[in-house]
Amino acid sequence: MTPTTLFDKIWDAHVVHQVERGPNVLYIDKHFIHEVTSPVAFLGLDKRNLKVSRPEKTIATPDHNVPTIDQHLPIKDQLSRNQVDQLTKNCEKHNIQLCGLNHPWHGIVHVIGPELGITQPGMTIVCGDSHTSTHGAFGAVAFGIGTSEVEMVLASQCILQPKPKKMRITVDGKLKKGVASKDIILYIISKIGTAGGTGHFIEYAGSAIRELSMEGRMTICNMSIESGARGGLIAPDETTFTYIEGREMAPKGEMWDKKLAYWKTLKSDEGAVFDKEYTFDASDIEPMITFGTNPGMGLKISQPIPDPQNLPPNSRQTFEKSLNYMGFKPGDKMIGKEVDYVFVGSCTNGRIEDLREVANFVKGKKKADNITAWIVPGSRQVEEQARKEGITNILEGAGFQLRQPGCSACLAMNDDKIPAGKYAVSTSNRNFEGRQGPGARTLLASPLVAAAVAIKGKIVDPRENF
Amino acid sequence: MPIDKFKTLQSTAVPMPIENVDTDQIIPARFLKAIERKDFDKNLFRDWRYDKNDQPKPDFVLNDSTYSGKILVAGENFGSGSSREHAAWALYDYGFRVIVSSFFADIFKNNALNNGLLPVQISAEFLEKLFIAIQKDPGTLIEVNLETEKIILLANGDNESFEINPYKKECLIKGYDDIDYLLSLKDKIQEFEQNLM
Ligand code: SF4
Repeated sequence: MTPTTLFDKIWDAHVVHQVERGPNVLYIDKHFIHEVTSPVAFLGLDKRNLKVSRPEKTIATPDHNVPTIDQHLPIKDQLSRNQVDQLTKNCEKHNIQLCGLNHPWHGIVHVIGPELGITQPGMTIVCGDSHTSTHGAFGAVAFGIGTSEVEMVLASQCILQPKPKKMRITVDGKLKKGVASKDIILYIISKIGTAGGTGHFIEYAGSAIRELSMEGRMTICNMSIESGARGGLIAPDETTFTYIEGREMAPKGEMWDKKLAYWKTLKSDEGAVFDKEYTFDASDIEPMITFGTNPGMGLKISQPIPDPQNLPPNSRQTFEKSLNYMGFKPGDKMIGKEVDYVFVGSCTNGRIEDLREVANFVKGKKKADNITAWIVPGSRQVEEQARKEGITNILEGAGFQLRQPGCSACLAMNDDKIPAGKYAVSTSNRNFEGRQGPGARTLLASPLVAAAVAIKGKIVDPRENF
Repeated sequence: MPIDKFKTLQSTAVPMPIENVDTDQIIPARFLKAIERKDFDKNLFRDWRYDKNDQPKPDFVLNDSTYSGKILVAGENFGSGSSREHAAWALYDYGFRVIVSSFFADIFKNNALNNGLLPVQISAEFLEKLFIAIQKDPGTLIEVNLETEKIILLANGDNESFEINPYKKECLIKGYDDIDYLLSLKDKIQEFEQNLM
């Protein structure tokens, strides 16, 4: 048999039909929906008088557009309330499980899927959200789709999809102290660019990836889309199985044994061929930060902003527009720049491990006066766990504001907006113009860098003595 | 629902030589609160098009009456970022039928095709030619012919071929959509489900 990649194994096992000279009809095992990208899909179903084909394979949660304070009260913003109500109605009508605002399982869709044990190796998973790639950390083929495709899945449990090419990114070696999985992915994107992965599905491999926790792996897969890739995945191993075992929706008993035996076969065969390969050395990675308006514009925190003089004219113009928006100049040092906000949260870094990391760093310290620091847990379960572990107390003691779960300032659909012109060091995944509010200036970084910045009030290398 | 048919289009074009235009710029998240597909075109490129006081910014190309047309010619890597289909809706409802670039983000490309908005991917050199031609003469007519898969500068006949998946091409020409197709495969899908572990 020809050696096969992990991606091919999963994808091919889900092809229901191959359209002649066209896309594949791909069967979907799990479908997540949220309030923003699903309503028009349900309207489409209604117009055609269709029912949801497999309601038990879809699970819903409102996350993008929900307030992060007073979640027990009716939502004040009428448009947001409408959207959340509509999701509830659609779920009731079509018999879809909903983890609503006050449900103990509520949270950001890409945080709750894994934490409930819904996300499992070998699955095909989609959601009307580009960061669905997060679930690839479990060895699943998971990717974001548009609303028309959400409608396809609701109607038929399948989508039409051209098969992407395959890329492998290997990171070998030991990470330096103070370097986290967020730094690995920011480093990779700074090397391959925001379109480097376009048309591809990435498999992350190598000893540095193997050593990561599930949370760390999720952070990496989450940002695959920021390189343009359709998604990213990591072969499941003992770390994966231990994480899943015992979770609410994980297989149990005999079923567990059967699944586990299958999951253990899920890896790329020796000699499997990828369309593109990159290899990086873990020891070259430093704490990273972005300086521009796309996630590829990142650098080692100690480095100065590069000079765009040698770029072709259109690229230079785009680069200059970006620096202009950020209020930076080529050659500027990042270290020492003043910051106004710190945001710890999102489906990239809003998990319990991230909160622990921040708490560990800020314990016994106080945030700087010029900083407003928000911590938004990725889910209710994360929030609960943080309370149990005393993390909540530590963070509040250091002057951080704790909010309730949701996407929050990651995309600023609700009131959690960074004011125009202000700088925010954010653990989220996108630094696009206005992403965190009109005129907001975002610097992406790891939770550790965010914690250090909160204490110093300016950009600082977290490995310095504090 | 059937999408609008597309065979060929001749139009002037709007140039936007900016690279990596992400879907947060095409339509910012705060305008995604509707529960039906309505009025997204009003907020197309909202923060580039309007200032803080909702006044049009005169230097933005959509506010510049020199340029108009059903074709948007954009810099490399158009449509990156969020999967929001609202971006495709906003462009379409504003009146664009074709987006030309040297590179498109994957999800945006699918979303555009699913809405009858044709993404035309061309070489960086031809893209540059288009920018120069349009900027020199905003009345420059461009033909996008889906049947022959060609994009042509009508003034001098300069042209380039573009590729499109044959299945998607047929959908656009005939105005079919994927859901009808998937529903026609019902038996096959059920058979597949029976063999699931
Ligand atoms: S946290 Fe941010 S990136 Fe993640 S799903 Fe929400 S809006 Fe998208």
